[in-house]
Parts: sequence; C-alpha cells; structure tokens
Amino acid sequence: MKPMPKSLYLAAGAYTVSLGTGRPEFNPRKPRPGLEHYIQEAGQASLAQISDPNLIDEGVIGNFMAARFNKQGHLGSLMTIAHPALEGKPMIRVEGACASGGLALATGIKSVLSGLAESVLVMGVEVQNTVKAIYGADILAGAGWYAGERKQGGTYFFPEKFSQRAGAFGAKFGEEKTRGAMAAWYATAVENARLNPLAQEHHNAVKDLMAQGLTPPDGRSFCEHLNLFHCSKVSDGGAAIIVCSKEGYKRLGLKRDDVVKIVGYGHAAANLTVPPPDLTELTTSRKASGLARKMAGISKDDYGVIEVHDCFSITGMLSLEALELVAPGESVELVIAGENKRNGRFPTNTGGGLVGYGHPTGATGVRMAVDLWKQLTGRAGDYQIPLKKEHGIMISMGGNDKTVVSLVVRK
Amino acid sequence: MDLNTRLQNVAVIGSAGKMGSGISLLLALELAYRALENKDRTYLLNLIDVHDAALQGLIRYLREQATKDAEKQVSRLRRIYADREDLVENGEMVQEFVHEVLLHVRTGKSLALAKDSTLVFEAAFEKEDLKIGLYQELAALCPPEMFILTNTSSIPLHVLAEAAGISGRIIGYHFYNPPAVQKLLEIITPEVCDPDLQHLAAELAQVLGKQVVPSHDIAGFIGNGHFMRDGLHGLREVERLAQEHGFVKAVYLVDKVSRDWLLRPMGIFQLIDYVGVDVFQLILRVMEKYLQDGLHSPLIDRYLELGVKGGQTSSGAQKDGFLKYDKGRIVGVYDHEHREYVALDEAWIKATDELLGPHPEPKLSWKSLQRDPELDQKLRGFFQKCKESSSPGIELAKAHFLASRETSLRLVQDGVANSAEDVNKVLTLGFFHLYGPVNDYL
Repeated sequence: MKPMPKSLYLAAGAYTVSLGTGRPEFNPRKPRPGLEHYIQEAGQASLAQISDPNLIDEGVIGNFMAARFNKQGHLGSLMTIAHPALEGKPMIRVEGACASGGLALATGIKSVLSGLAESVLVMGVEVQNTVKAIYGADILAGAGWYAGERKQGGTYFFPEKFSQRAGAFGAKFGEEKTRGAMAAWYATAVENARLNPLAQEHHNAVKDLMAQGLTPPDGRSFCEHLNLFHCSKVSDGGAAIIVCSKEGYKRLGLKRDDVVKIVGYGHAAANLTVPPPDLTELTTSRKASGLARKMAGISKDDYGVIEVHDCFSITGMLSLEALELVAPGESVELVIAGENKRNGRFPTNTGGGLVGYGHPTGATGVRMAVDLWKQLTGRAGDYQIPLKKEHGIMISMGGNDKTVVSLVVRK
Repeated sequence: MDLNTRLQNVAVIGSAGKMGSGISLLLALELAYRALENKDRTYLLNLIDVHDAALQGLIRYLREQATKDAEKQVSRLRRIYADREDLVENGEMVQEFVHEVLLHVRTGKSLALAKDSTLVFEAAFEKEDLKIGLYQELAALCPPEMFILTNTSSIPLHVLAEAAGISGRIIGYHFYNPPAVQKLLEIITPEVCDPDLQHLAAELAQVLGKQVVPSHDIAGFIGNGHFMRDGLHGLREVERLAQEHGFVKAVYLVDKVSRDWLLRPMGIFQLIDYVGVDVFQLILRVMEKYLQDGLHSPLIDRYLELGVKGGQTSSGAQKDGFLKYDKGRIVGVYDHEHREYVALDEAWIKATDELLGPHPEPKLSWKSLQRDPELDQKLRGFFQKCKESSSPGIELAKAHFLASRETSLRLVQDGVANSAEDVNKVLTLGFFHLYGPVNDYL
C-alpha cells in the first residue's frame, strides 16, 4: 500500500440540524425547508470560516435520491447557491447510496491529489421527510438491487435486510446478548445526542433508554429482529467541509491547528447483485477501513475517535468488528461494557451517530468527517472528548455494505 | 345464500351521509380484499344517495380513506400482489389497491341501482315514513332473498318491518360514528327475524372487526336509550342552575362538570352539538312516541326554532350549537335570550370555575387516563374523594353520575339491554367513556 502521495487536510467543517420527528420544531403538517436551505446553511457555515470563498477551486456534493425525494436532479449546479463565489467553478454531484457523502470526500481528495485543485468544498445533502415512511422505504430501497431484490423484499426494505443480519448475528453469538448490546447502542447514541444541539435526539428525555431499547421486535408490524429504536430516524440535513492541500489551507487563512490531516483513505465496492457472503460480517467495510489504516501506516489501537455508519444499531456493532477492534461476535461485550462510550476505550459516534444525530443519507459521510474534524481540533463543544490518541477513522457505508469509503485523519 | 355470495352485490342507501359514508368505506375495503382473493367472482357496491355533489364527495372520501388504509396494510398488499410482476414498490401497490376499491363501486341517485342486491344497508335520515317508503320500494325491486340492515338508532324495527311488509328480512345494524373507526356495533334483532339474517349479521360483524352488543327492539335501543336521558338530565340541571347563575353560566358549568369531573371525552352539550341538536330532537320525538316517558325538552325545541343546530360541516368541522367552537376548542356559549354567543375569556372562565369549588386532587382527566394501566385504581380513588367531600361541583357530578347509573339500570330492567355489562360496553366502546355507568365507584 502506497502512502498518501501528497499532504491533504480537512478544514472548516459544518453541518445543520438533523430535522425529523425527534426535533421539537418538526411539524409534519407545516412546510419545511428544502434542499436549497440545507445547501446554503451548511455551505455558508463552512465558507464563513475561511478568508475568501473565491479561493475555493471546485465543489462536490454527495446526494442519494433527491431525484425522487424532492424531484430534483442536477445538484452540481444547485450547489452554487451556497455562495456567489462558486459561480462558474467545476461542481459535481456524486451518488453511492448512503455512502454518497463518503464518495464526495473521495472525489474531493482525488481532485486535490491531481493537482488541479487546491481547495475543494465537499458537501452532502438529503431531504427525506417529503414522503411518508412507506414511500421513503421504496426510495431508499434503491440502494439495493431493484431488479433482483425489491419485489421479494419487505415493506421496509432496508430495515428488513439489517434485521436479517441482526437475526444471523444473534443466532451465532447469542440472541439475548445481541439484543442487550443493540439496546445499549441505542442508549449510548441518545446520551451522546443529548450533548449535540444539532442532533435529532438532542431533546430525547426518556429516563430508561435501556428498557426502551429492549422493546421486543414485532415482525408483523415492522421487523423480526429490529425495533424502531434500533433504527436511525428519517432525517433532513446538510454538511460541508473543505478538502485542501497544505498550500490550500494556508491560502484560506487557516493554521495547522484549524485543520486535520488526511493520512489514509480506502474505497471499495462490492457486487450489488450478489448477497453478502456472511450476514454476520461487513466484508466491504472491513476491506475499505483496512486499506485506509494501511495507507496511514497505523495500528488498530491508534484511534482516539471513531465514526461508524450505524444506520441500525446492529450495523454499528458490526462496524466495530469490521474495524478489527475486536474479534467477530465480541462487539457485544464491547458495547455492553460501554467501551464505545465517549469515555471508553473506543469513543465512537460522539455526536450521536446515525441513531442519535440522524441520517440525512447523502450528507452522512460528510457529517462524519466534520465530527472527526471537530473532535481533533477541539471544536466539538459540549460533546468534546479529551483525546487520548491523535487519529480518527470513519466508515461511510452505502447499501448493504456495497460501497464503502473509509478515511483516517490525524490531529 | 352465504355471506360471500351476498357481498357480491351490496347496496348502501344514504351512502353519502355521515354514517352512510363510513359504512360504505368499510364495505368498499372488504369487497376489494375479497375481489383480490376470489378472482373468479365479481363484487359490486351500489352507493345510493339523493345528491350528486354528495356522491362525488363520497368517492373522494373513499379514495382518501382507502389510500390511508392501504398505506397501513402494505405488508398484506405485498403478499396479495406477490404474483403481480408489474407491482414492485409499496407505492405502486397502494395505488393499485385504491384503484381496486373504486373499481367495485357504483354511485347513483336511483334506487334501481340496488335491483340485484341481496344485502342492503340503509342509513337514510331517521324518519319512519321515509324508511318505510324505501323498504317498500326495495322489496318490490330486489330479489326475494334480499336482507336489509338498517342503521336506525331509535325507531323500533318491528314498526318499520310491519308497515313495509318485510317482517323477518330486516335487522338493526347500528354503527357508531365514525363507522370505519368505532369498534362498537349494536345489533337489534326484532322478534320476527330470519335465522339466516341473524347468522349473517353476526358473521359480517366479525369480518368487519366489530364488537357486538345485542339490544332489544325498544325505541332508542341502548345507545340512545342512555344518551337521550343523559342529555335531558343535563338540560334539567341547566334550568335549575340558570335561576341562580343565569343561563350561559349554567350551560358552561354542566358541560364542564360532565366532562372534567365525570372524566368523559366531551361534556354533555358538546356531545349534543356533535350529534346535532336537530338529530337529538328527532330521536327524542321518536322515543317519546313509543315510550311515553316524558322525553322532551322545551329548551331543545327553542334552540331549533332559533336555528341553532350543531352537527358537522362536510369536512368534519364542528358547527356551533349550545357552544361555539374555534378549531374544535370551545370559545363561547349560546345565550338564547339575546340570541347570540357569549365569548368565554380567561377572567370569565376563572370566575365561573370558582363557582364549582376545587377539582378533586390529584387532577385526573379523560386524556391523562387513556391507556393508564392503573385506570381502575385511579378512578376508584378519584370517586372516593368525591364521595367524602362536598362542593357545588362535586354535587353536580354526583347527581349526573347517579342519574346515568339509574338510566342504565332501567335499560336492563325494561328489557332493552340483556345486562348492565352490555350497557357499560356501549358507553365505553361507543362513547369512549373510561368506565361503564354501572359500577361501585360511588
């Protein structure tokens, strides 16, 4: 594995509130902000942190399904509404299901590595509350193989896919323990979200989160092995961050303390038409995060902060195993012991993650990079953790572990 | 003829009204599912009413409600449409199902639409001669095996049956509003009733997911037998209190106590407004005609003379009656002497509430007790407190409580209900009361 051919950095991160049923300002009967609002709010919050927005060379925006949720295509062009300085610059929209944000980062990285750009504004956006959940399930099912899987799939297509993983994991490693760990994952996610004012679960005041997380799944109304607390909520949101070279961040008027260095990245895609080789493992996530770690030249013990794609609590646990923090099946003990908490050995999803912050699909990968950047530069506010190690890693995953982008960054 | 065969050609008379539209919806959904599961049969639902505009509104209502129902039943639809390769997404199946529902529906103003129907639901206006005329026409028009299920809520069935010459072929099928949501179904079996019809009525109730309470063929049956007398009690209390506090305050106080102190979902006058002051009068008159029990209120007659009717708009919003409403909230009380609504402001409400004395602690409400696992215990404690203390509010509440119990026991004694338990069931299921009137709380 070759090292990163050039020094790259992440700078000036920002994201919006994750709007959905968990937020007090959410009213299903009233009009809500659209794509434009989130692009402008996140983009402007990022650009406000640099000396001159005219220094942005390019833009990339990750988005999954605006064409269906919002009947809007052509997001590369729409992205220019973030700032007049973007007018006439190269702007591109990328898509890789829920890894669209991760792909936007990868695209920004390649632009800077190519030497054609010094600073790239990387964004992600998704506005999903435009349709009822059963129709949203249809749209999100596009992350699977439509021709081969949708007809046989469940009403809630993706929850069912991950319910099958939770079922297989429970059968292999113990159902009761697995359910306990999934409940603990939910509890930790909400506890973290309570410290993040932008999180959808920020105002969640439920006293006994474990009891709620242990609600028995109901296969007739939802899924056999997942309850609603195991799921990330339908979310609207946007995120933005700048990928830049060393010269780039200096010209933007930033100091080394303001930025984090991208030291490794891995990107892997698996055949969409083939079922996962092992339901109890995220094979592609393991591969991509392994590539990122090798490029960074560090060991799996070097992470001070971790961001994983917990679209469902079980996915969060499988991701910790994909990172090789523990052996297969042992994420159960890790989570039950609270080692994924903000003060644990592996502080994970400190701003709430997908279960706690929310999952505006196309924005999620970028939001993860922003959270790593916030923690490593000391900008995480109430959810800032005391860093024990100087590296952070993220896994941005699309579909049923089919497209994965992983980034390793250093303080 | 079995139920499935009869359901192949059904008619609803008065289908666009408040009750008729709900009954039509229930049947339209049931027929659509049957059509999907019995592909070799055809199903037809004839929806008959007197206004074209109302029938168009009914189609719109059916489309909206069928969509909502389908959205809740997507998993079932995914199984039903498993062999339809052209239907892949939830949204496609919902649309297809709504199409299926409307496919079996035929609307029109002519009764002739029902000529092949062997099952007729009648939800026409609550007037004897109107219903009798309809039944006579149907008897002449329809196949001899045709059965009528009437939604009458007050008229004795034997009277209708004998006058129309259809004895044995009619049964009372009294849905509660809104029929598609309410679980209660009061079935009134007249003395002469074909056993096949009795059997069919029970089977259909089960298919539609209803909880049946049997009632005897005595005017008003159980539901209105209680409600009319409950309303008259409230009206008598108003006349009494009005002497001391004036009419407006009296209406407000009796309504408030019957809601907040008896822990009911609505006060008695809000409920009369909901049903309609005109409907309330109509039912009183029907019941009085057959029972001669002093079921009459000069106040109700006066209101209708003044054109104060209550009821709902076509979109379901509450119209003003005894009380004035703003988005469902009570904001005024009608003053029949001055023929205007008196607006309720905070200071007025506070001062008037003080006339009742303090509400027993802890402050329970109908809403707060919904799905409370300790409901019985909390109600017991609440009424025990009422028993042990006295205030104008408590005395009003006690009197209303006891009158409601007495009415209920009389319904059993008079042979309207089989048991006190059945009366309790009607009040809890049909009127959403937290407790049945026959209890040992007080």
